[in-house]
Amino acid sequence: MKRYLLRRLLQLIPLFFIITFMTFGLYQLAPGGPEQIFLRGENSNINPADIEKLKEKWGLNKPLHVQYLTWLKNLVIHGDLGNSYISQRPVTETWLARLPATLQLNIIELFLIFALAIPLGIVCAVRQYSWIDYGAQTFSFLGHSMPSFWVGLMLILFVALPSHGAIPTSGYRSFEVTPETHTWLGIMLDRARYMLLPVITLTVTGMAAITRYMRNSMLEVLKEDYIRTARAKGLADRVVIYKHAMRNALLPIITIMGVFLATIFDGSAIVEMIFAWPGVGQYGLNAVTSQDHPVVMALLLFGFMVGTVASFSTEIVYVLVDPRIRYS
Amino acid sequence: MAAPARPRRPADLQNQNLGREEKQYVAIWRRFRRSRSAVFGLILLAILATLAIFAPQIAPQKWDFFDTSLKNLPPSPEHWFGTDQYGRDVFSRIIWGARISLSVGFVAAGVAVLIGATWGAVAGFYAGSWLDVTMMRIAEAIDNIPTLTLLVVVSSIISRSVYTVMVVIGITSWPGLAFLVRAQFLSLRERDFVQAAQALGAPDMRIIFKHVLPNAVAIIIVNATLRIGNAILAETALNFLGFGAPPPYPTWGEMLSSGRNFLRVAPWVTTVPGIFITMTVLSFNFVGDGLRDALDPKMKR
Repeated sequence: MKRYLLRRLLQLIPLFFIITFMTFGLYQLAPGGPEQIFLRGENSNINPADIEKLKEKWGLNKPLHVQYLTWLKNLVIHGDLGNSYISQRPVTETWLARLPATLQLNIIELFLIFALAIPLGIVCAVRQYSWIDYGAQTFSFLGHSMPSFWVGLMLILFVALPSHGAIPTSGYRSFEVTPETHTWLGIMLDRARYMLLPVITLTVTGMAAITRYMRNSMLEVLKEDYIRTARAKGLADRVVIYKHAMRNALLPIITIMGVFLATIFDGSAIVEMIFAWPGVGQYGLNAVTSQDHPVVMALLLFGFMVGTVASFSTEIVYVLVDPRIRYS
Repeated sequence: MAAPARPRRPADLQNQNLGREEKQYVAIWRRFRRSRSAVFGLILLAILATLAIFAPQIAPQKWDFFDTSLKNLPPSPEHWFGTDQYGRDVFSRIIWGARISLSVGFVAAGVAVLIGATWGAVAGFYAGSWLDVTMMRIAEAIDNIPTLTLLVVVSSIISRSVYTVMVVIGITSWPGLAFLVRAQFLSLRERDFVQAAQALGAPDMRIIFKHVLPNAVAIIIVNATLRIGNAILAETALNFLGFGAPPPYPTWGEMLSSGRNFLRVAPWVTTVPGIFITMTVLSFNFVGDGLRDALDPKMKR
């Protein structure tokens, strides 16, 4: 087991190099560059000497392998991802400043999804083919098929607009609400108002898959012999369902959770975009539009790291909770 | 002592196979029909496909026809779904958009299935070898990058057109199928018919694609169907963010994003494409689910 984990950890190293190489290589093909951003909008006849100066300043006149190694060295040793072409500030600085907003959104969303989807999946499996099962199945299929950005827009149309400003459609907090003017309760309420629609959007679309998986996994488990044994020896329904069945039904959900976590910032990026939520997703998407290469490279790396950590920890959790699995 | 059974003539064998094959199709159709949602999805898809194929005949207007005197009109008998901010007929643009969404869905899923099935088949057949390990690491690396991020980045680099969107969605979404096919191959390659083929001296590639892969077809078909829906969702997301086919192409995603600024005055411009996207993806999911139960009742969800 220890050897297995160690081997998996070591396998992450070549993976890291592949990804950094791909990220860097991709951006050698990309159009644009600092000179086009700085000189955009100014007079169109760019002085070639100016371009050279800019390239020298950003280290873009050096051979490619030197550029790659410098970028990699800064990343590994200093945790430095370079400066944004546009704001000229370190990418990591902006990134860290925006991370709390994204985390806040996603942690609440994750909590809600699991707090709602798992009980719902259990109820559906226990009362298969009841109206609640049909309702949840319909909801789950719909949630799985609706684009999240459309759900967001419909919420704006049918909830926010009729509320006449009570529920805001963009931003993160009201500027007039500060610790000086309001109590902590007032601040919390203000934040909650802004968070309402983004969180509902993410929860509705995220819940769909988890509910369905939980239902199917639970149905599978309820057919097992040990459930019949538990019932036969006269255990209460509640004990059979929650103690014997649920624990085992949750196992496959761990895998789904890993997949879900790996792409969590994906879903949140597009929602941040719609509700002008000042998180990392919005920052990244804007950078792609404005061809701010260092920021986009950071976005790719970040996405990859979240994905890898999610799938790696899923594997470990799986080994820890299921004693039947033996890794060699 | 009973006489040894006379070996069947090849013609008999063929006939018998033909008969059985037909019966199997009938059985699959019978099981598929049992699911009301699957049939509902199939009917919806047939309607959509008809609309898309006959768009020039059905659509009242061409997709880029505009009349600025008819801006943001609500739904009416002349304009079933109203008009947008340039005075274009939303109903017409939806129909033309169905062409793009459906073809992107099919081609992207096709590309993903082609790569994913081949990748998974080869890796699964040589499971445990360095080739398998390398291939799986590459698949995992691609799978671990959030799809939308990768899609947006790749399409911001290469030129924007409907065709690049198809290919980009295809080449970023194959790992899931590769894992599934590989898992199937792990058990299939231990079966006797593989050993028999090997004993006859069949080359590995022939065994993989001719003998083993057909046994994984059910799982591939089901996955492909569900994948079309996901590809359509990805395509609309890309177009919504402005990284898809350039305007004035009538894509559903682009209609959503441009209608977004007129949510207050012309909500139908945003509502209608979203309903169509949801119905299309829902239909593919229903059909995929129905196929899963119909093709192999024992197959796990």
